[in-house]
Amino acid sequence: MTSPGRGPVPAAKTVTAPDRGSLPVLVARGLTKRYGHVTALGGTDLTLRRQEVLAVIGDNGAGKSTLIKCLSGAVVPDEGTIEVDGRQVAFRGPLDARAAGIETVYQHLAIAPARDIAANLYLGRELRRKGFAGWGLRLLDRKAMRANTRELLDSLGLLTIQSLDQAAETLSGGQRQGIAVARAAAFGSRVVIMDEPTAALGVKESRKVLDLILEIKNRGIPVILISHDMPHVFEVADRIHIQRLGRRIACVPTADITMPEAVALMTGASQPGPEHIQD
Amino acid sequence: MPPPRRRTAITVRRATPLALPLALCLAAGLATGCGGSTATAQDEVLVGLVTKTDDNPFYVKMKEGAQARGKQLGFRVQALAGKGQSDNDSQVQAVENLVAAGAKAILITPADSKAILPAVDKARSKGVLVLALDSPTDPVSATDGTFATDNYQAGLLIGRWAKETFKDKPAKIAMLDLSPAQVAVDVQRDQGFLEGFGVDVKDRARIGDESDPRIVGHEVTDANEEGGRTAMEKLLQKDRGINLVYTINEPAAAGAYEAVKAAGLQDSVTIVSIDGGCPGVRNVAGKVIGATSMQFPIKMATDALDAVAAYLKDGTKPRTSDGLEFTNTGVTLITDRPVPGVPSQDSAWGLKNCWG
Amino acid sequence: MSTNQAIDARGRRVGEPLTTPPPAPAARLQRLLHAHPLIGPALVLVLACVLFSLLIGPRFYQPANLSLVVQQVQIIGMVGVAQTLVILTAGIDLSVAAIMVFTTVVAAQLAVGAGVPAALALLAGFAAGAACGAVNGLLVTRFRVPPFIATLGTLNVFGALTLLLSESQTVRGADLPALFLWPGQTFSAFGADITYGSVLVLVAFLFVAHVLRRTAWGEHVHVTGDTLEGARLSGIRTDRVLLSVYVIAGLICAVAGWFLIGRVGSVSPFSGENVNLSSITAVVIGGTSLFGGRGHVAGTLLGALIVGVFSNGLTLAGVDVLWQTFSIGVLVVAAVGVDQWTRRVGG
Repeated sequence: MTSPGRGPVPAAKTVTAPDRGSLPVLVARGLTKRYGHVTALGGTDLTLRRQEVLAVIGDNGAGKSTLIKCLSGAVVPDEGTIEVDGRQVAFRGPLDARAAGIETVYQHLAIAPARDIAANLYLGRELRRKGFAGWGLRLLDRKAMRANTRELLDSLGLLTIQSLDQAAETLSGGQRQGIAVARAAAFGSRVVIMDEPTAALGVKESRKVLDLILEIKNRGIPVILISHDMPHVFEVADRIHIQRLGRRIACVPTADITMPEAVALMTGASQPGPEHIQD
Repeated sequence: MPPPRRRTAITVRRATPLALPLALCLAAGLATGCGGSTATAQDEVLVGLVTKTDDNPFYVKMKEGAQARGKQLGFRVQALAGKGQSDNDSQVQAVENLVAAGAKAILITPADSKAILPAVDKARSKGVLVLALDSPTDPVSATDGTFATDNYQAGLLIGRWAKETFKDKPAKIAMLDLSPAQVAVDVQRDQGFLEGFGVDVKDRARIGDESDPRIVGHEVTDANEEGGRTAMEKLLQKDRGINLVYTINEPAAAGAYEAVKAAGLQDSVTIVSIDGGCPGVRNVAGKVIGATSMQFPIKMATDALDAVAAYLKDGTKPRTSDGLEFTNTGVTLITDRPVPGVPSQDSAWGLKNCWG
Repeated sequence: MSTNQAIDARGRRVGEPLTTPPPAPAARLQRLLHAHPLIGPALVLVLACVLFSLLIGPRFYQPANLSLVVQQVQIIGMVGVAQTLVILTAGIDLSVAAIMVFTTVVAAQLAVGAGVPAALALLAGFAAGAACGAVNGLLVTRFRVPPFIATLGTLNVFGALTLLLSESQTVRGADLPALFLWPGQTFSAFGADITYGSVLVLVAFLFVAHVLRRTAWGEHVHVTGDTLEGARLSGIRTDRVLLSVYVIAGLICAVAGWFLIGRVGSVSPFSGENVNLSSITAVVIGGTSLFGGRGHVAGTLLGALIVGVFSNGLTLAGVDVLWQTFSIGVLVVAAVGVDQWTRRVGG
């Protein structure tokens, strides 16, 4: 999807060109962010490969949230570089990151409770009518937004919702998370970032979200997953990035590490060795 | 700032759906409660009274006086009020609604002597007799009559009294006025006082253009205690030598006295005022106020209703007092320290004739 | 605060069963009112009209009286449009009446004092309104002053400027150009004299309702009020939305000022004393939430009409003025209660 202005296309994404296949989608180096005397990020690296789910784990205060905010444009880092598909970028706001094809599902859902489902899916990038009514009178094309929304939710298996007219606040927590994930899936052409997507959900609803993460990956879009939930991480992640005290201390394929090892590294109970960084 | 949303107690949750119907029932109840009287009142003459506010005792007495005399004359007097000393909009609405309700006459104390004119014109063009009470419209001829205190005379009386009282000592004067709007009552009282005291007032239609060095300054009080106190405090900051205080009315005088007392100057300061309300007269007896000009709001209302009766009987319009553009309802100086050449009554007489 | 709302709103749903029992009648009413928030105020207005018609008879429902009610609520209605916009963004504007009166004085001083052509003077008044709104908007967005405080401050600033500029003098209608008084002129229709101002207010309502509903800007106004942080994260330039809302609110207040001149037939620096609170009253009775994000200008029109019908009807029925104030107070409390109740839908 090259034009983020037009609607979500639920069909499969264009397959990545083979010559870029080896190149990581997203590379961050030395990201640093300080708030006064507090250093939230102290020179973190991050690498996201194609076709993978990268889990970012870490204790509270490890800098996970700041890290993904830097990647999603919500926070501008003091130092460090970010490259998308090998090109250096400088995000000044969420819009820049979105223009670069990075979509984020925030922990505090960026869902407007009083707006209906279609409006929430198109939050901040509403479709306008064609012709003068669109660019002149700036009228919305609610019909198209509704139709696309229906199609998208259907393709993601989320169309259990009775009516697209209902306000988001009348939905269950899982359904609302579904909307947020669907939005990211629809508009994220390069990367989808998810911050604790299952934190507030029950077992059944979490299951649904995990399936959605795998579905996005299968569509060819790599996913960064921030989560506290180790079983979820080990179930869907291809690699695990461990963040501690504002830095990346480990990054290993999920198969090469056990859950107790990961927790030990995360909490500082054991020290990482050289084998623990595999970009 | 709206607080974050919170769960509310169960009781509230139960109660809220009832609130809406409750409000409707209430409205219905109010309306039906008076519906009976409306039905029988079709042949009764409706007279509207529109005051500036509904909390000032001056207007409360006026309303009570009007309703009492209305009963004697067989009128139904409906009282409405604005929401502030200069709230014109509510008065316009009240006049319109009274005309729509079929009022034969409307008595009004205009909050804005000019801005009320279009509404008054409209009412008169529909055959409603409009009489101004307490303060005239500008021009006075815009209403069918005005029943008011001669505010200039009221100011003049306390001015003359003060002049005699300060015969042997130099005066430093604080002027505590009503509002910045330069409304007629404010201007007339202020300028009357100053002329009575022997100050060259220059433009008689304008407060504050004098250059007499005896005047320390003018401040506005909104005609209440709080405003009077604040205004007096400001002027005392300017000059602690103030020894004569003019106040637009007695609540402002009471406030000014508090400021004077707080400054420890109560023995050297003389306060004069206008109104003749019972608390004010008691303050004269208690030596808080040196002299006050008493006005007669009940007489304004009763005289005006008599004029309405006369007009409805044979079309006679109220006559103005000699030399004035309005019907003077009189003013009497109340003081326990009478001075030669200025007729006055003492506070004992005042307490018998005060209005609330 | 929006973030808090999101947490609250979400946190509330943790661990609740997925299947919901069939709704009780109260819950069904709650859902109905949630989906169609205009039902409440519309019902109150219709019932009030029916009630007063039965009690008072033709004196109430004759076209001339109904036209009068519309004239009486046009200023509060128009200012209410501005107030609705601001409240939709979870803000509040205490300076609306001050802006309105200030612009009338600006226009009158230019036209009467400086001899500027009437149309230009009027446009200058509108520009002054937009500028006042811009001051509010910049305070809220650039300097992060909470709207309540920002507009409390500017209320006094604009009020003082009004008195300084006018020298506290009322300009009489006879001295004003005809264009200024035009909104108060009448034409005859449906057996009543209708003012151009009341028609224009209705047009303004339709226009703003349309813009809010059909354009991306309108959508962004709602979302910004619904969840400020969410709107920002969704790429909505919330500062720009908020600034535009305050500027447009200022402009609408200036237009309301023109209607005010037409209605009272003069320019008084002391006009509109109660318009601030009355406009908020109309917005609240009309079902717009003070917490932002939900509501409708049509509700504000209904709210203003309800206040007008109560005041007129109770006067016609001979009810004491204090009971009018009382009943409006009850309506406000009821409206806020209904808002709180319906917002818990599904919770």
